[in-house]
Amino acid sequence: MPQVEPMEGNQAVAEAMRQINPDVVAAYPITPSTEVVQTFAQFVADGEVDTNFVAVESEHSAMSACTSAAAAGGRVMNATSSAGLALMWEILYITASLRMPVILTVVNRALSGNINIHCDHSDTMGARDAGWIQIYAENVQESYDNLIQAVAIGEQADVRLPVMSCLDGFLVSHSYELLQVEDDDAVKDFVGPYVPRYPLLDVENPLTMGPLDLYDFYFEHKRDQWAAYEPAKQAVIEVGQRFGETFGRSYGLFEKYQLDDAEVAIVALGSMAGTAKDAVESLRAEGVKAGLLKLRLFRPFPAEELAEALAGLKAVAVCDRAASFGAQAGPLYAEITSALYTAGVSVPTVNYIYGLGGRQIAPDEIISIYRDLEQVAAEGQPDQPLQFIGVRAFSKEEHADMYAF
Amino acid sequence: MARLQELAERRTALTGGHRLCPGCGEPIVVRQVLMSTDDPVIAASCTGCLEVSTTIFPYTAWAIPWIHIAFENAAATIAGIEAMYKALKTKAAKGEPLPDYIDPDANYKFVAFAGDGGTYDIGIQSLSGAVERGHQFLYVCLNNEAYMNTGIQRSSATPMGSHTTTSPAGSVLPGKTMHRKDLTAIIAAHDIPYAAQSIPGRWRDLTTKAAKALEIDGPTFINVLTPCPLGWRCEPAITPEISQLAVDTCMWPLYEVEYGEWKLNYTPKEKKPLDEYLEPQGRFRHLFRDEKGADVRKRMQEFVDYKWEQLRARCGEE
Repeated sequence: MPQVEPMEGNQAVAEAMRQINPDVVAAYPITPSTEVVQTFAQFVADGEVDTNFVAVESEHSAMSACTSAAAAGGRVMNATSSAGLALMWEILYITASLRMPVILTVVNRALSGNINIHCDHSDTMGARDAGWIQIYAENVQESYDNLIQAVAIGEQADVRLPVMSCLDGFLVSHSYELLQVEDDDAVKDFVGPYVPRYPLLDVENPLTMGPLDLYDFYFEHKRDQWAAYEPAKQAVIEVGQRFGETFGRSYGLFEKYQLDDAEVAIVALGSMAGTAKDAVESLRAEGVKAGLLKLRLFRPFPAEELAEALAGLKAVAVCDRAASFGAQAGPLYAEITSALYTAGVSVPTVNYIYGLGGRQIAPDEIISIYRDLEQVAAEGQPDQPLQFIGVRAFSKEEHADMYAF
Repeated sequence: MARLQELAERRTALTGGHRLCPGCGEPIVVRQVLMSTDDPVIAASCTGCLEVSTTIFPYTAWAIPWIHIAFENAAATIAGIEAMYKALKTKAAKGEPLPDYIDPDANYKFVAFAGDGGTYDIGIQSLSGAVERGHQFLYVCLNNEAYMNTGIQRSSATPMGSHTTTSPAGSVLPGKTMHRKDLTAIIAAHDIPYAAQSIPGRWRDLTTKAAKALEIDGPTFINVLTPCPLGWRCEPAITPEISQLAVDTCMWPLYEVEYGEWKLNYTPKEKKPLDEYLEPQGRFRHLFRDEKGADVRKRMQEFVDYKWEQLRARCGEE
């Protein structure tokens, strides 16, 4: 019987992995995703899964072994965070290019330096062009649900791409929520058996994988890879619907919260959306037509659908939990405004960088963003779209005090 | 142990038509290793000459399953394949169906081929990790003592005095100023079942060692000194002979460490002076020009003598 249990985000992820029962997990510990791996290692130790768990010596080797294990012909999963994902960076591109549907949980954490173990999205945003599907969760339930869906999405025959299932470090990974845990058999049925394509272990049909690919063919291969991302987007929609039909919780490319009649809206990824929903409710009580678009799928980026959903608003604030140094604004803002421009949708759009290194964003700060939007709606697109929220500006004297000892 | 005629009749896992240089030791080593077993073999390579010269898309010289992912991860790559094989076999033992493309009666073997750059330097972590975890695989280091694929740069396998493009001989410096790392001993120190050194010039030594390694259900390592006529600046025709000279001068002793027991496989009747090995190679030519070069050659000889005596002691020889 499906059960409701209090569970941490990391435990929920490990629980989904137990139910999926992958053939190989090659993983390395890093805060805050460590608990996923250690909880899963206990499942292995207790014989609750059939998985061959490979405790590798680095994330680089983790992703290398995951990629070759998938190439050998079986289901592969892993989990990491931050610098761990950064160390995998070289291999991430190769996993996607070889079309290996490795499923990677990323518990989002800031990149160094200075070193910081808390949440922001700079790790996965740094990997956004590697060719992986990226799905972001708001809470523990979504982290569990997304991981199960990720398997079905990535392994679909016309997709065959690796997937990052992202959840916010500590804010979700270490938060307890009541989790609807589905039946083992129902999850197993939902993901289905792994169907390998061109397995390397097929010695009767030997295959050369990862050859030297020069200017006479490389470009065609990259162009062919490009063609996988539209089916990937469709797969996210279809699998999200099927998940709803099976388990009662439907998912799409994004969630529209009070958006249809809204005049001002926030676009956000991850756990901030939960706080923003409360802010929307209190503003609605005052008569402010506030709405929220919680983006779920960042790669492939659903540009047309987003432009359509945001058309008609009077002002939009895109919230980025990542810095893109030297860019005009944050990465999500760049994508959203590009989508709007391409679709010919003209909505004044501003950008807020928030929450770097785990800095909390409070409901009243989100409310202040909506208040700003009312002004933007009245005055039009500001010259400078980028703002920071929740960050202190120290005076020269305060700086001096900090170093006084 | 297979006779030469039997070996010659075995499959050719690496076919002709590849684009490795004339006289390159690599295809000789790869073929000898792969003809040492009749079991199915899956191979992985790191980035390097072997990879770029045998798999130029849309061609391949590999008649067995082969994968390349990146430079520093040949050991992790072969480990992942072995892990998946073991996972599927274990599930089958519990009653789940084995995928129909896996022969249930065969014992699959896993071999990684990587250069010294990909092994001694950037890949040592991956290799150390994989052997510590005890995967069943043979790792063959195609050790040509420099980064040849990128144009002859020094690695930690490059011997002292060697001219490379990043340790060039100049008016002040005599080529590389440090001795090379003893990687075979480092890997043996992981207490793995089997570690050995070999050369392409002695087929019986190499095929015997490869056959032995491939029968072991655990990590095994063979470090093969693999001449590179381009980087060593020597005649392509003398590849087997120059590797034999490395052995006869004790610059590259043939030995094996089997379950912790060190054993010399070959003791030259007469230990030749190192100069006989250095002289035919252009990478050492500058050492024969002046007193400074002679001094470097003296230090190189002393190091060879020191390492040889150290090895003999480990092997229980006088």
